[in-house]
This record gives sequence, C-alpha cells and structure tokens, in this order.
Amino acid sequence: MAILVNERSRVIIQGITGREGMVRAQLMKDYGTNLVAGVTPGRGGQDVYGVPVFDSVEEAWEKAGPIDASVIFVPAALVKNGALEALAAGVKLLVLVPDRVPIYDVLELSRAAADKGARFVGPNTLGLLSPGKAVLGMIGGRAERAREWFKPGPVGVTSRSGGMTSAIAYHLTQAGLGQSSIIHVGGDAVVGLSHPEAVELFESDPETQLVAMFGEIGTTQEERVADLIEQKRFTKPLVAFISGKAAKSGTRFSHAGAIVEGGRGSYETKVTRLRAMGVHVVDSLFDIPKTARDILGSKELSG
Amino acid sequence: MARLFEYQSKRLLKQAGIRIPEGDAASSPEEVRAIAERIGRPVVLKIQVWVTGRAKIGGIRFAATPQEAEAVSREMFGLKVRNFVVDKLMVEERLAIKSEFFAGLVIDDAAKAPVVIFSSVGGTGVEEIAGRHPEKVGKLTVDIRTGLREFEARNLIRRSGLGGGVAVDLADCLTRLYAVARTYEARSAEVNPLVLTESGQVVAADCHLVIDDYAVSRHPELGIEVAREFDRPPTALEKIAYQVEEKDYRGTFYFLQMSENVGPDDRAIGFHGAGGGGSMMSMDAVLRQGFALANYCDTSGNPPASKVYRAARVILSQPNIKGYLASGSGVASQEQYHSARGLVKAFHEEGLDIPAVIRLGGNFEEKAIEILKDYLGDRGRTVEGYGRADSPDFCAERLDKLIRANGSRPHRVKPLTERTVPPGAYGFDTTTGRLSIDHSRCAGCRTRGCVEACAPKILKLEDGRPVLAIAPEDARKGKCTECLSCEIFCQFHEREAIVISLPIPGLKEYRERIVHGHSGE
Repeated sequence: MAILVNERSRVIIQGITGREGMVRAQLMKDYGTNLVAGVTPGRGGQDVYGVPVFDSVEEAWEKAGPIDASVIFVPAALVKNGALEALAAGVKLLVLVPDRVPIYDVLELSRAAADKGARFVGPNTLGLLSPGKAVLGMIGGRAERAREWFKPGPVGVTSRSGGMTSAIAYHLTQAGLGQSSIIHVGGDAVVGLSHPEAVELFESDPETQLVAMFGEIGTTQEERVADLIEQKRFTKPLVAFISGKAAKSGTRFSHAGAIVEGGRGSYETKVTRLRAMGVHVVDSLFDIPKTARDILGSKELSG
Repeated sequence: MARLFEYQSKRLLKQAGIRIPEGDAASSPEEVRAIAERIGRPVVLKIQVWVTGRAKIGGIRFAATPQEAEAVSREMFGLKVRNFVVDKLMVEERLAIKSEFFAGLVIDDAAKAPVVIFSSVGGTGVEEIAGRHPEKVGKLTVDIRTGLREFEARNLIRRSGLGGGVAVDLADCLTRLYAVARTYEARSAEVNPLVLTESGQVVAADCHLVIDDYAVSRHPELGIEVAREFDRPPTALEKIAYQVEEKDYRGTFYFLQMSENVGPDDRAIGFHGAGGGGSMMSMDAVLRQGFALANYCDTSGNPPASKVYRAARVILSQPNIKGYLASGSGVASQEQYHSARGLVKAFHEEGLDIPAVIRLGGNFEEKAIEILKDYLGDRGRTVEGYGRADSPDFCAERLDKLIRANGSRPHRVKPLTERTVPPGAYGFDTTTGRLSIDHSRCAGCRTRGCVEACAPKILKLEDGRPVLAIAPEDARKGKCTECLSCEIFCQFHEREAIVISLPIPGLKEYRERIVHGHSGE
C-alpha cells in the first residue's frame, strides 16, 4: 500500500513538451509510473519518450482512457487554467509543480477541487513518490537515483521543503528504514494538500507505521496536525523537525493575521504544541532516522 | 510580500469609492506646506515607513497652520526608523473622530480562503483587545467565487455589536475593501483605524496593503520594484538581483542582503543556498561556526547554469566577505552539474580571491564535484566540492579552515569584466544572453568537443566549424538551455573560441561605485 499513487495509477503530464516536462516524463516513466499521456495545446499527435501527446486533457481522456492523476509543468501564470482543465475533465488528483503561482489562483483552485471531490498537491512541490511503485513530479530527478535513494518500508514522509523530503527519505534508507510514500506538500503559504491532510492519509494506510514530518515556521499546518492527534484522528507515532528556529521573529505579518492565527505559526508554538501531544520533535534533521528506529524497534518488541 | 505604503494603499481605496481624509503625499517641506494650504485646516503629518506604532517614535505629528506643518516636517524628513530614512510624509486633514473601528482581510491557510475581520473597537493594540473581547470582533470566511456580499458584511458588523445607519455605511466600506484586496491580490489588507467622524462619515484613516509577490507582475500599475518581503526598501544590489529573477522564469533566484557594510575585519561570508529547507539548515551551520552572513541567496527549482552564474557574480559583488559557501539539502533532485558549471564560469571570470566550499549533494553530485575539481582545482585556488555524505557543519568547518589558511583576507570587488568576443563573430541569441563562436580559432581545434559537450544537442559541424543545428529562434526560445558545457569545454580543452555573454543589467555600474569607494546607493 501507499498513499495517493501506486503503480496502477493512470497518470498524465500537462506541459509534457516543455523543458521540465520532458525531463520528468523520462523520470516518471523510467521509475515505473503508469504514464498514459501528455498534454500540450497545439502539440497533439507528437510523442515524448513514447508517451502520446494530446491537445487537451479531455482529448487525452477520450483517446488514452481514464486518468487518475495529472502532473502539471506549465509556467506559473498558466497553472490555474491547466488545473481547472484537468478538474473539468474529471481528474481527481493534481500535482502542481511550479513555483510562484499567485495565491488567489490557489484559493480558486481549492474551491474548484472541493466541488469536484478532487485534491491537489502543491503548488511549489517536487511531488510525491511511493517507493518501488510510482513517482509524480520530480522527486529523485532521475529514476536510477530515485531507486537508490528511496526504498519501500514503514515510514511515511511529509515535508514542506522539497530538498528535505529527499534528504529525510535518503537518510532513512541509509539507516535501513524504507518508506511507504514520501510527499512534498509544497512550500507556499496555502497549499492544496497540507501536513494535516497528509498525516490523515498515512493514518489510513496499513503499510505506514510511523510518520516523519519536516515542518517550518509560518502557517498553521503543524498545529493542525497536533489538533488531529488530540482528536485521535491521527494515532501513529510521529517524528517531527521544525525548521526556522533562528529566523527573526519581529516582522509581524499584520494585526489581521495575528487575530486569525491567534498566536500560532511560530517555532515555539509549533514545538510546544506538538510535544504536548506526544510528538517526538527532534533538534536535528539527522536525528530523525535514529528516533524512528528506536520507536519502531520498541514497537516490534512490545508487539 | 510586497508592501505598499499608506499613501499608495489609500489611493487604491479612493479609486474603489472608500472615503479617505483629504490630503496627499509630500517629498519636501515645501510640498508639505503647499498641501496644507490646499487643505486649509489643521493637518496631521505621518511618516511613510513599514513600521507599526509610528506615534510613539515621533512619526505622527500635528500642525495647526501651513507654516507650522512645514516647520514640523523639517524635523520628520530624514528621520531614521529601523532600516528606513524617511523621505515621504503623508499630509492630511485632521479628523474629528467619534469612534474607531478595525477592518481587515487576511488569507487563512487552514480554510484556504480569505477571511474578513471587523472589530467594533479599533486603533492600537487591536489584537489584544480582540483577545480580551471576542464579542467585539467578527470574522467571516469568504467564498472566493462570490466575494464578500453586502448582506454578509452587514451581518458581520452586526455580530460585532453595531447596528443602525452606520452599520450600513460600514458594510459598504467592507465590501469595497474586499474588492480592493481581491482586485490587487492582497495577502493582507487592513484599515486601522476605520473611523466614524463627528459629522457621521466613515473614513479610512490609515491603510496597509500587502500584495502577493507572485501576482505583482499582473499589476504593473502598482509600480512595485522588488516583489519580496522586506522590512526596509531594497538595496541597490537586491534590485539588480531581482531583475535577473524577473527576466528568467527557469528555477528560482532569491537574494537578500543581511549587511551592506561588511568591514574588512568582519567574519562574514557570502552564502549561496539551494532550496529553502536546505538553505536554512546550512545557514544554521554557518552561524554555529561563528560566521556572519553578508547575504542570503537561494537558487533552486532546477535553475539553468546561467542563473547560478549570475547569482554567484551578484554574491561576489559584496566587498570584504572572507569566503563563499554554497550548500543545499544535500539530496537535491535537480542535476547538480548545472550549478557546478555556473560556479566555474563565475569564479573564473571573477578571478576568485577567497576560499569557497561547495556542497552539491544530490543528483549527479559526482559529476558536479568532478567539474569543480577539473576546472577550479588549478592555480592554487581553494575551491572544495562535497556531496550528500558531507554535512553542512563539516562544510562550514572546512570553510573556516580554508579562510584561516588564506590569512582571513577580505574579498576585493573588482570592476566587472566579461570574456570578449571579436566583432563579426558567428553567434546566436540564447534566452537570456548570447553565444558567440570565433570560427577563426576553430581551425586549430583537434577534438571539436563542443558539439559533443552540448547537452541539448543543438550544435553541428559545418565545414569543420561548429554552428547551430536548429533555427536561431528555437535556440532563443529555450532549446539552448544555457548549460555552459560548450563554452567550458572550449575554454579549458581547446581554443577558447566560444564565449557565452550573460549580462546582468546594472551590475557593472554598481561595481564601479564599490571600486571607487561608495557604498550601495
């Protein structure tokens, strides 16, 4: 098992003929992702690494069959249009790779996705990967590297930093701990699928025995994970690292922000709240594998 | 996030039909006087800076006459507030205030929607009041498709304890404020205080809008120079760096100066990170080693070599840095040899005079480190390359050792030089520069290795000379990925016939000023 994507998921790439789209099409295909089509308006009829290209998502659906997920590699200003196109065609999972997508576009997409019962990862994400099964996006960069760095196993990884998603999973692999799925939720202030949604998915995934989370200052994602633990909606062991301890606080966002967030969002509030819920918050990223191993080891003994 | 000044924010409110005090922004005491004369009543003067609590620091003053306004303004211009030097004042009629409210909008990451806030008490310390008196504060999550509707605004105001005619006027104001925020894509908007005057008018006495960085390009009318989160105006070097980022969508280049005045005895280094998480971790390691950071820089999201090159040249425009550290997550998905080539070109053209430690862990790190070794290992230069097995702390320690071995010599900024091209040389435009080949030199070439080195395979041989194998238009549109492979190969293995010019507008002039002893501005 894995979350969101496995080797059977039928996947397309929007923007497959672009600089990033082409390179990552190769990664996804070589890794084993079931990449059934690509879409670039005006380039229908071409192919990229043997993947047929269509003019629209609707056409891809008609000619290549049903689509479970679309990975979007188009310039930031065009992401909203591309994502709405995929949602309209009936795609239920989107991965929005580009950085610098305007926030109101993300808000509109959140609403549109909710209406369709769909979800999206990103924007500003490297994507997600289920070791040995499939990758959506650009985690690992090249298939041979992704196979070397990530191995199947019991740890779910969710991270707000792309580089750290790979780094945590890599160091887990080095410590002999494989991963169920690894997901970069994206670095922006508002993302489609955030930490709380990710840990809920890991909760219902039988393969996942423990979750490793890379959090950052800003937003309320980590506090909302703590809320889920309190509500017993997330019950598996969680090892977390929160980045940004050294960042200067003091540039206050706004009065309005302070009223809405009610004192959440800082390094201290996140760590305090998570620790109060029994989360293993480590002080160094490199402590994650050891802590995970200790927890899983003791579980095996007691089980 | 791109902040607007009060006077800019108020102009947008006015356009949207929200009443603001009569007045204008002034850049000199003479202008202050002229505006005050036009108003013809007692005025208030307010410094235009991104700092809250202006009244406490003498940033808000009153004047009864135009003469007094001019005199008072002389004490306010030039005032230093945090990183600002006051160069603009807002001159406005002094309002007769009956009551103060707060109106605001912020994006809620949990609801993934805008939230509008109204408080029936406003003024300083509104969030504390909100904490103590939640019944005076109404919050409403807005449906992004419908926007804030009039009846919703009216109910929001009612829930904060207000009714009657004023509630209708406030609701109207609130829907217009939402429209301003939505139109200009504000990450946050606040009017504090929103006042009811003695004569019964609802007036926005102050206003702060923060525009979404990523939407700034859709609003050229706002005239925002650098769409970045700053608590001060951008430095000259930051503006140069931002131009680079704005003109090249491939990958991300973020540059922030921590200090514009690094001294020759300071233990400060130039920092070049890759990816937010990895950069932060690496910065922590640098600080633990007892260094200060002259700058923060991040090139990530798979930037082309040309962007990394420009970032390095910007970083090396900072005098007196003692070393250069590049370090990211250590397990990067992007191909690391692009970064390596960008650094090779930059360090050579600079004639690098300080040690550099480059941690390029990730995809193809072996190749990346090999590139650094092959092309920067000579002439006693002290450039070391490391991979994912080497921690940021180890790399910071290495840099410390190299800096000590270098006698802690400070970096000297030199005039900007680029490799030159003979006039009339063969060439074509790339996305952000120009590639030239001096074919007269190609005669002595043994390997023709440039064609082989070209990653996107867009060069071919014609009469034994390398030329473009595709339409020049396609090369310019991005088929030439500016990977720098052909230039580096030709420069180090062959006849130095290929030159890729990657201009950085404004940097030459900036360097001239540095060299001649002037600081940033």
